[in-house]
Amino acid sequence: MADNKQLKGAKIDVINQYTGEKWYYSDIVKDHFFKPRNLLLDAPEENNFDASGMVGSPACGDMMNMWVKIDRESERIKDLKWKTFGCGSAIAATSMYSVMLTENGGLTLAEALKVKPQHIMERLGGLPNRKIHCSVLADKAFHKTANNYFRKTGQYERIVVEGARVVDDRLNITDKDIEEAVLEGAQTLEEVQNKLKVGVGLSQSALTEIEQLVRFYSEKYYG
Amino acid sequence: MSDKNLKRIYMDHAAGTPLDPRVKDIMEPYLTEEFGNPGGLYREGRRAKDAIENARKTVAGVLNCATDEIVFTSGGTEGDVLALMGVAHAYMEKGRHIVSTNIEHHAVLSTLTALKKEEFEITLVDVEPNGIVDPKKIEAALRPDTILVSVMYANNEIGTIQPIAEVAKIVKKHGAIFHTDACQAAGYLPLDVQRLGVDLMVMNGTKMYGPKGSGALFVRKGVRIKPIFFGGAQEARRRAGTENVPAIVGFAKALKIASEERKKESARLCELRDYFIERLTKEIPRTILNGDARERLPNNVNVSILDIEGEATILYLDSHGIACSTGSACTSESLDPSHVILALGKPYEYAHASIRFSLGRETSKLDIDYVMEKLPEVVKILRKISPITVSENATGMSHPEAFAGEHLRVKAKSRSYK
Repeated sequence: MADNKQLKGAKIDVINQYTGEKWYYSDIVKDHFFKPRNLLLDAPEENNFDASGMVGSPACGDMMNMWVKIDRESERIKDLKWKTFGCGSAIAATSMYSVMLTENGGLTLAEALKVKPQHIMERLGGLPNRKIHCSVLADKAFHKTANNYFRKTGQYERIVVEGARVVDDRLNITDKDIEEAVLEGAQTLEEVQNKLKVGVGLSQSALTEIEQLVRFYSEKYYG
Repeated sequence: MSDKNLKRIYMDHAAGTPLDPRVKDIMEPYLTEEFGNPGGLYREGRRAKDAIENARKTVAGVLNCATDEIVFTSGGTEGDVLALMGVAHAYMEKGRHIVSTNIEHHAVLSTLTALKKEEFEITLVDVEPNGIVDPKKIEAALRPDTILVSVMYANNEIGTIQPIAEVAKIVKKHGAIFHTDACQAAGYLPLDVQRLGVDLMVMNGTKMYGPKGSGALFVRKGVRIKPIFFGGAQEARRRAGTENVPAIVGFAKALKIASEERKKESARLCELRDYFIERLTKEIPRTILNGDARERLPNNVNVSILDIEGEATILYLDSHGIACSTGSACTSESLDPSHVILALGKPYEYAHASIRFSLGRETSKLDIDYVMEKLPEVVKILRKISPITVSENATGMSHPEAFAGEHLRVKAKSRSYK
């Protein structure tokens, strides 16, 4: 298209093929998109990280995987790495988020859990409206990673899961965890228990409820 | 993000083409001095009317039909809506069943959804994994109360060419009306409506180097359509509103040029397309061609580059001066992944990773070589970023557990659930 006069010198941004809506990304967004910070470029090594979490965006199907290294004493985030199967906004937002959590010696876990998607947006200089859900993904991945850390270190009372129902209050395990275990391949109460240690020493009625959930999700996904 | 002097490689001709200078020249007087309303009885009006009727003759010539079988419209969407709504409302006494496919353009699918609310029954036939519908399956979907069948001539995303003439025969034998959306086909495939056997055919100008906001609908003599616009008696009472004279004149010219140059240009593009597909699938590992390799438009290349997301790929390519499109949910207004890629029986990750390059008159081999110089680097970067490895034969999503508790339509073991 080199010789086409109509296109020569025209400033072309990325334009939605269906609506013609233009996406103006701020310079900060572009910078983080083209030079993402704290990416995990190789496969994670077993002992390099203390916790990890993988989440998907129900809005668009993007996926995000996050790994953290946490100083046990101070609970500061010493390292945070990520990978994403996501769009430009997801890449830029997660890159910025990783900087915010690790800069100046790192936030403590408690501080980090208070960082909200809108804080990422502020640091990025804004995102197009329909791209805001992309910044939520980074936050969601970190919350899951933090829960993974709490579970690994036996701090069950600190696990927070939004929009889910707790089925084992000692280990803070929810229906969402059961669904996830089933989606990972566990199909019986025993297999789910092996994965989550759920329900060990619980009353019969609580166990029955968990078993029902396992059956429900097994039938939903594999029936 | 990009160098101002960077050469642009435009490879999104299926979305829109630049205006042919010959078309622009012929339109120009109708934007200025020849401004008359074709409805006027005086000289200015008569001249405008003549221009429209000459354009109609040109279009009818290319389609091998009568002039009064052509209705000028504002483009593909209007053509499809007028054809489908028009027929449905004219024949609803006869029956309320309509058959179509699951890879139609949204102009067709959304219109059918609207008709469903008016208590029409819609059957969408699934295409085969190569993106082509089996005429036998269309035949099997027909019922005594089927009044209309709609199958696109060539798909806009993956370029697969549908067996229109064969389907037309089946539909005719059954006594139903057959509509085809030929927006992508015009310019690349034969448009003789007698040979195709279609009853309604939709085209638009902006896909064939004509003006935006231009199009035509062929309506076979004897087929009734109820209008969707109400007002004056223009276009034989089928499309009210003052005619868009420059657009009509430009559309006819663009169609004439496209049909004259079709064979030569198609042959040239087929060669470039095959060269491009071969390099893509050979040089970038885990790149899968979407849609049939042979029965596809000469200008369409659509691949899923597994594990990387389409919008990110597009933004990187844009920074290298390359324009193309994707079926990724991230770029669609509804945030839904491409229904066409899903219709091939692939999980949504394939749609998320799909890239469409649509070539055009100015695309050269050098342009393709340039893309093949840049794209592998981009893929390398984005694959390093990606946490997933999708199976090349996947039928279900790779990490359903990541979506636990989201009430998402997930696919596990090749079944989908809401």
